[in-house]
Amino acid sequence: MNINDVILRTATKVITFIILAFSLYLFFAGHNNPGGGFIGGLVTASALVLMYLAFDLESMKKAIPVNYITMTAVGLLIAVATGLGSFLFGAPFLSHTFDYFDLPLFGEKTELATAVLFDLGVYLTVVGITMTIILAIGEDQS
Amino acid sequence: MLDTLLLIALFIQSLAALGCMYRVIKGPSVSDRVVALDSMGISLISITAMLSVLLRSQSFMDIILLIGILAFIGTIAYSKFIERGVVIDRNRRGK
Repeated sequence: MNINDVILRTATKVITFIILAFSLYLFFAGHNNPGGGFIGGLVTASALVLMYLAFDLESMKKAIPVNYITMTAVGLLIAVATGLGSFLFGAPFLSHTFDYFDLPLFGEKTELATAVLFDLGVYLTVVGITMTIILAIGEDQS
Repeated sequence: MLDTLLLIALFIQSLAALGCMYRVIKGPSVSDRVVALDSMGISLISITAMLSVLLRSQSFMDIILLIGILAFIGTIAYSKFIERGVVIDRNRRGK
């Protein structure tokens, strides 16, 4: 039986980008608004899960050639590296700082904090672990 | 005035969610339960919106979009499980 799910696939191609944009917003809004690395990573993982639901494992492996276990390791490495980076300046472990910069696109006095890098590690770890769990359950051998 | 109207609307929306709950418990087939759960999610979105107006807070706007996304993905996963028996296919032919 050949099931034609063209409506689901066409809707997924649009909705995935909206969900990914929302997850990026949540990731960068986490400093001053509700959001952060954890919920941003979960929303990104839900967009990936939607693509896995609409398509299949083999074509998704070709479309996104990412090893999610490696992504988890890279996220943990970034989080530890931001903690160790404070030793370079003689500060205690996980000390964070911020400063104001004049960026061309974001306007003057843009606040850049090193806590975003720690959040990036949390984000990559959450995406990697969620996708590893879901794909390990979804891949049955029968 | 606005608070009274919002409280009345919250009460009516809660009754609608209770009606969906009746269909979730009583529904004869699985599809009835899935559709009832989906519309319960929509009721939850509306309740969150009215509550954020009542509390004079803008912090719940992300929650509204998040509940919409999660209800959509959950409904798609359930309906794919009902139709094919698997949630994530292995290859393009659906086997």
